[in-house]
Amino acid sequence: MKLQKNTHLALCSVLEFAAHPGEQLSAAEIAAKYRMSPHHLAKVLRALGRAGLVRAARGAGGGYRFAGNARRVTLMDVIGLFEDISAPKGAPRRAGRRARPEAGAAAYEVEEAVGVVLSEIDEIAKATFRSITLDTMLKLIERRRR
Amino acid sequence: MISLKKPAAPRGSVPALRVRGAQTADLDQVVEIDAGITGLRKAEYWGEILRRYGGGRQQRFFLVADRGGRIEGYVVGDVRDWEFGSPPCGWVFGIAVRPEARLGGIATQLLEAICEGFRRLGVDKVRTLLARDNQLVLSFFRSQGMMAAPFIPLEKDLD
Ligand SMILES: CC(C)(COP(=O)(O)OP(=O)(O)OC[C@H]1O[C@@H](n2cnc3c(N)ncnc32)[C@H](O)[C@@H]1OP(=O)(O)O)[C@@H](O)C(=O)NCCC(=O)NCCS
Repeated sequence: MKLQKNTHLALCSVLEFAAHPGEQLSAAEIAAKYRMSPHHLAKVLRALGRAGLVRAARGAGGGYRFAGNARRVTLMDVIGLFEDISAPKGAPRRAGRRARPEAGAAAYEVEEAVGVVLSEIDEIAKATFRSITLDTMLKLIERRRR
Repeated sequence: MISLKKPAAPRGSVPALRVRGAQTADLDQVVEIDAGITGLRKAEYWGEILRRYGGGRQQRFFLVADRGGRIEGYVVGDVRDWEFGSPPCGWVFGIAVRPEARLGGIATQLLEAICEGFRRLGVDKVRTLLARDNQLVLSFFRSQGMMAAPFIPLEKDLD
């Protein structure tokens, strides 16, 4: 599984906020720390704001504050804002790459079976994202640092 | 988002929590806690678990969290040798805490106690297996630093 760039930006920034609860952090600070484009980050922060995970701080300097509960917000809550991982079970996946009818029944069968395997993988990925909170993620980062 | 409210802090002085081996007198409360979660009263099953895992049996653990006689939770597990070719490791196959007593660190203490038992037996790995949709218990184990094991559970319908 590969996550999109915006998802990475979102995860870095949300974890940065969660690691400093109550602190006001500017987009510029985060962009500099993680070497991100401030322009992209601004868009990501607005999306996180709309989801209620960060709140724009009023007054001089601007910036945002963490507004979620790090022990309850899961990776899925963040990733789900930027990735389409909610495809219902059994629904046709990757429509663009599906064998066209003229490709014949044989190709269709293989595609279907591959779809079953891919959705197994998706289900595991989703369950994993749902079970890891930001707090658990911060602990994981800390453990790996040691 | 996972939602579960922290229970209100109990009033008055609260007896200390003690994690100890399960005894016959605890079974009713264990059955009640399990039934509250699974909806099934399995008195016979828990009697069997006590018989097989209770009483400080070698490699087997059935521990309860006791607060002044009230059982707040339990954990069951054992050390398994060379299962599917993997070196001996600790297995936790049941953990539960009364809903009113959750988010107070009881499961953390139960898990720590059983892991201490595993360590004493010389194993350096603990594993568990859970339904993929059991987000609550998965989050708990994740919070304790557990990661995906290098195994994939498989099944098929026997027709
Ligand atoms: C999972 C369970 C054992 C946790 O017991 P507990 O005593 O509440 O756990 P703790 O207080 O030690 O929690 C430790 C950590 O687990 C995680 N956790 C526990 N409950 C959580 C919840 N509702 N949402 C998200 N994370 C949670 C948290 O990271 C928590 O740390 P925090 O309080 O600092 O946030 C309990 O909720 C339970 O019995 N659930 C049902 C059990 C069940 O279904 N058993 C059958 C299958 S084995």
